[in-house]
Amino acid sequence: MTEWFDRFGKDFHNIFIEKDRWKWLVDGLFNTLKITFFAVLIGIVIGVVIATIRSTYDKNKESLKKKKGLPYYILKILNAISNVYLAVIRGTPVVVQLMIMYFIVFTSVGDGTVVAILSFGINSGAYVAEIFRGGIMSVDAGQFEAGRSLGFNYIQTMIYIVLPQMFKMVLPTLFNEFIVLVKETSVAGYVGIMDLTKAGDLIRGRTFSAFMPLIAVALIYLVIVLLLTYLDKRLERRLRKSDH
Amino acid sequence: MTIENDVIIKVEDLKKSFGKIEVLKGINAEIKRKDVCVVVGASGSGKSTFLRCLNLLEYPTEGRILFEGVDITDPSVNINTHRQKIGMVFQQFNLFPNMTVLKNLTIAPRKLLKLSKEEAEEKAFSLLKRVGLEDRASAYPSQLSGGMKQRIAIVRALCMNPDVMLFDEPTSALDPEMVGEVLAVMKELAHSGMTMVVVTHEMGFAREVGTNVIFIDGGRIAEEAPPEQFFNDPKNPRLKEFLSKVL
Ligand SMILES: Nc1ncnc2c1ncn2[C@@H]1O[C@H](COP(=O)(O)OP(=O)(O)OP(=O)(O)O)[C@@H](O)[C@H]1O
Ligand SMILES: [Mg+2]
Repeated sequence: MTEWFDRFGKDFHNIFIEKDRWKWLVDGLFNTLKITFFAVLIGIVIGVVIATIRSTYDKNKESLKKKKGLPYYILKILNAISNVYLAVIRGTPVVVQLMIMYFIVFTSVGDGTVVAILSFGINSGAYVAEIFRGGIMSVDAGQFEAGRSLGFNYIQTMIYIVLPQMFKMVLPTLFNEFIVLVKETSVAGYVGIMDLTKAGDLIRGRTFSAFMPLIAVALIYLVIVLLLTYLDKRLERRLRKSDH
Repeated sequence: MTIENDVIIKVEDLKKSFGKIEVLKGINAEIKRKDVCVVVGASGSGKSTFLRCLNLLEYPTEGRILFEGVDITDPSVNINTHRQKIGMVFQQFNLFPNMTVLKNLTIAPRKLLKLSKEEAEEKAFSLLKRVGLEDRASAYPSQLSGGMKQRIAIVRALCMNPDVMLFDEPTSALDPEMVGEVLAVMKELAHSGMTMVVVTHEMGFAREVGTNVIFIDGGRIAEEAPPEQFFNDPKNPRLKEFLSKVL
């Protein structure tokens, strides 16, 4: 037993401490978190906008069609653009999207991390949009009417009345999407970004030892996901309290 | 515009279809300041549709609705500023469940009338006192009884200082023992001079508080009269039949 511990300690030292290789993991982790964090923000913004456009169109196309005014055509075009965006993003693998962005669209942007943030943000936005749309549709129509009857315009009613209730309803699903996103960023290595996964893989290559670096990487992802899950539960509990 | 000053709402040949079904087939009505106009009719006769056309929650297929002399069906009119002057109370209350009572009451005055927090809350508290619910300001809607919710919903509309209040069966979703407390608030409101349009099945309220009663049938106003005449001397055969069922 002590022998095993001795060997473990030595291996650990050779793999992580020597040449400060643990710092690669720290840098990688930092990149992973940075990409995820900003991608989540972009995803939420895109998600709110697309979901609002799509549910506005679905709810009002009948009444707007009759009036045939400019708003109807603008909304129709925006809705069509949204549908194309959703189809393309959800119909292709995120790695391919990332590579297209890096090698074709943003060849002049030197910082791969920025490209990754944009790619993952745009990708996540499609999934968040569908989550939000479901949430908006499930807020009782009477809430919307109450808002309008007080004199709020469409956008104000969305912002003050509908979206806060929608956020609360979709919170668990939204956190689930973030958890998926954290793990999806592990393909960032494909475009030469040193994220957590890439860092572990580099250490594996240098030390010719796969077990420790890869298990370490897996454990770190696991901890991040568990923390996110914990945060979600706490937030849900706080919001529930405000309901009673 | 040749509208008499005391006519708040004038409805001209209002028609409303849902798809192929024409629910309102030409309604003409005038609501004067301080009127309490009670709207009755069979289920599905279009009472809600009529009421909801008055603040354009339903957009009329044809006809005009003049609110304080302005045709609000005109697409170039900003309906939102007019809706601020038209309070509405729903059968299902529609309070905002994620906000406290106080927030329910102050959000519209603060965002739309640009009142300060203090001004809006002062107004809210004075109206809460009027309906006997000042101790519930920090409660959430889910903690209130149906009767309390509806009284709060009335106060929420009143906080915008409306010129007219629309009620769509405000007591129909309530347990019988809570109907009285809501009708009492509405009665007090009527006595204070509020102009009201009330869709209801409460014939006692219509008789006691109404200044005129409208019977909607077949998509038209089949009879309109002061309550005395409406209930004691109905002309329309369908109204006679209707009254014999509900009275
Ligand atoms: N949004 C809608 N789409 C399609 N049909 C509708 C819509 N709203 C109402 N209707 C129809 O219009 C008719 C009148 O409905 P309305 O709700 O105005 O009746 P009501 O007199 O208020 O009835 P109740 O006493 O049951 O509330 C009904 O046949 C109803 O099914
Ligand atoms: Mg109705």
